[in-house]
Amino acid sequence: MALLYTEEQKELIALVRDMAEHEIKPYVQEADEKGECPRELFDWGFKMGLHMLEIPAQYGGTGLSYETTAMIFEELAKVDAGYAITFVTTFVALRNVILAGTPEQAQYFADIINRGSFAGFALTEPNAGSDPAGIRGSAVLDGDEYVLNATKTFITNGALSDIYVGFFKTSPEAGHKGISAFIIDRNTPGVSVGAHENKMGLRLSNTTDLIFENVRVPKDRMLGPEGSGFKLALNALNLSRAFVATLAVGIMQRALDEAVKYAKERKQFNTPIINFQMVQALLADMAIKVEASRCLVNNTMRMMDAGSLVQKEGSITKTFVTDCAQEVTSNAVQVFGGYGYSREYPVEKLMRDVKVFQIFEGTNQIQRMTIANVLNKEYK
Amino acid sequence: MMKIVVCVKQVPDTTEIKIDPVKNTLIRTGVPSILNPFDRNAVETALQLKDTYGASVTVLSMGPPQAKAVLREALSMGADRAYLITDRAFGGSDTYATSYILSSAIRHLGPFDVVLGGKQAIDGDTGQTAPSIAEHLDMIRLTYIMSMEIEGDKVIAKRQVEEGVEVIEARLPVLCTATKETNKPRYATIRGKLESLKAEIPELTLEDMKDIIDTTKIGLKGSPTKVKATFTPKRTATGVRIEGGPQKMAASLLDCLKESKVL
Repeated sequence: MALLYTEEQKELIALVRDMAEHEIKPYVQEADEKGECPRELFDWGFKMGLHMLEIPAQYGGTGLSYETTAMIFEELAKVDAGYAITFVTTFVALRNVILAGTPEQAQYFADIINRGSFAGFALTEPNAGSDPAGIRGSAVLDGDEYVLNATKTFITNGALSDIYVGFFKTSPEAGHKGISAFIIDRNTPGVSVGAHENKMGLRLSNTTDLIFENVRVPKDRMLGPEGSGFKLALNALNLSRAFVATLAVGIMQRALDEAVKYAKERKQFNTPIINFQMVQALLADMAIKVEASRCLVNNTMRMMDAGSLVQKEGSITKTFVTDCAQEVTSNAVQVFGGYGYSREYPVEKLMRDVKVFQIFEGTNQIQRMTIANVLNKEYK
Repeated sequence: MMKIVVCVKQVPDTTEIKIDPVKNTLIRTGVPSILNPFDRNAVETALQLKDTYGASVTVLSMGPPQAKAVLREALSMGADRAYLITDRAFGGSDTYATSYILSSAIRHLGPFDVVLGGKQAIDGDTGQTAPSIAEHLDMIRLTYIMSMEIEGDKVIAKRQVEEGVEVIEARLPVLCTATKETNKPRYATIRGKLESLKAEIPELTLEDMKDIIDTTKIGLKGSPTKVKATFTPKRTATGVRIEGGPQKMAASLLDCLKESKVL
C-alpha cells in the first residue's frame, strides 16, 4: 500500500478489519443472494461507532479526519461495499445538516442516528436524475407548516431510516434556485416507503422509493434559507463522491487480493498461472490502478480536511477511481476464468457491486461535464 | 462500588509460530505479540460485571514497556485504568515469583472484590499464575468459570469441570479464571480505541512496592523452578499407507481409527 499511515490509523484499520472479517464477511454471500442485510450485522457497526466517525464530539461523534474516516471505510468495503455505504450515506446526511442547518436541527438529527437509526437523502425522482433541478416534488407553505408532495426514487437507506433530508420545490418556476431542503421524520403522516429496488449489485445496501403525500412539517424543519437546497445538494454530492471513490478502492483492492491469490494457486500447463506473462500484465495493471486510485482519494480527503470544496477534484477522483474499479473487477473475473463467472467465487460480486459506482452520485458522463465546465472557467 | 482487577499477559501469537525445519526450534522473529486470548475473556468477564452491577475495572500486566500494548487493548474494550508492573529486578521470574509480584501489586493498589485472569497463557501454558495469586492473597479461587453473578457480598459462579457444571457460592473477595467458553469478548469501539492510544499508563516498580515485597522472592533468584533446556520433541509416530479400492480403503481407515481409539 502506498500511503503512509499513522500508528493511530493502523490501529483503527486493524480494529475494523477484525470485526468485519469475523462478524460480517461470513454472512455476505447469503445477504447478497437475499438482497437484504440483517439488522444484527449493522448493529456491529453501530456498536463500534461507524455511523459517527467524522462527526464532531458535540453531536456524539469521534471527530476523525475525512482522511482517516476514508481509510476505515476502504477497509470495510473490502468485505462489503453495500454494508459500508449504508453508514456513509448516514453520516453524509448528518454532515450536511450540520453544515446547512441550525445547531438545534443538527442535534435533533444526530440524536436520532445515535439511537441506532440510519438516515437517507431524498433527492432523485423518476424523471430527475442527472438533472436534479428538474425535480417536481413540491413544498407549499400553509400557516406554520410546509405541505410536502413527491415521489422519490433510488433512495439509499429508504427503508432503514427514521429520518431523511428531502428536496422539494418551494418555487416551482425558479429552476434550481427554487429548491429547498427539509428534515423529515419517517413517522410523519403521509411518509411511506415504496418499492424495494432489486439491484444488480450492492445488494446489502437498501434502496427504495419514498412517497411523500401531503406530509406536513413545521417551518423550522427547513434547512438553511428558502431556495438554498440545490447548493446543499451539490455540497453533499462533493462529499459523497469522495467517499464512494473510497469504497471503490476497497472493492478493487479486494479484487486484486483475490486475483493474485488465485493466480498463485491455479495451475495450468503444470505451473501456477501467475508465471504467465499475460496474467502478470493483467495483475500488474490492476495493482497500478488500485495504488493510483488510493492516492487520488487520499489527496482529495486531505483537501477536504483543509476545507477545500473539491468540486473539480471530487469529480476527477470519482470518475477516475470508479472507471478503474470497473476495469479492475472485470479483470479479476478474467484471471479467475470460468470460475470467476461462478457465484461460488467472490469476484463476480465485486464486478456487480462496482458497476453502480459509475452511475450514482452523478454519472461519470456528468462528472466529465462538470470537470470541463470548471476547466472552461479556470482558463479564462 | 465493586472493584475488579484483571491480570493480563502479552504473549507471542502462537498461531503464527512456525518450526524451523532444520534446527527443529521455534522461529520467534517477526511473530506478533498479542493479548493472551484467555485474558481477553477475563477482561470481558470484568466488563460484563461492570455493565450489570457497576464496577471499576483495573488491568495489570507484568512485563517490559512493550507490554503496555495489551493494557491499551484492555482499555480500548472499556477497562477504566491500567498499570504496568515493570522492573529489572522482576526479570526472569517463574510462575511462583510472578504470582508473588502480581499479588503484591494487587495489595498495593487494592483492596479488590474480584481478581480475574485467563485460565492460562498460550505461551507457557502452565495455568499456575492466577491460582497462585489467590494463594498469596489468601483468597478463594474459582478456576474455569462459565459465568458469575454477584448477590450482595457473595458470588455465584458456574464452573466447567470434566463431569459437567459445578455451581459454587463463595464470599467475596474471590479470584476467578476465564476460558474461551466463558464469553465472547467484545470489540473495542472507535472511541475506546482512540482514548486508549492516548491513555497514560503508570508503571509500578519495585521501589513503589518496596514496603510489601520480600526481594528474596522475586526475579531469577527468587524463582524455585529453573529451566534446564528447551527442545521440540521428535515425532516418533510414523504414517501408515492405506491402499486398495475406495471401499477397502475406507474399511481399513475405520479399523485404524478404532484401533487408535479416535472412534
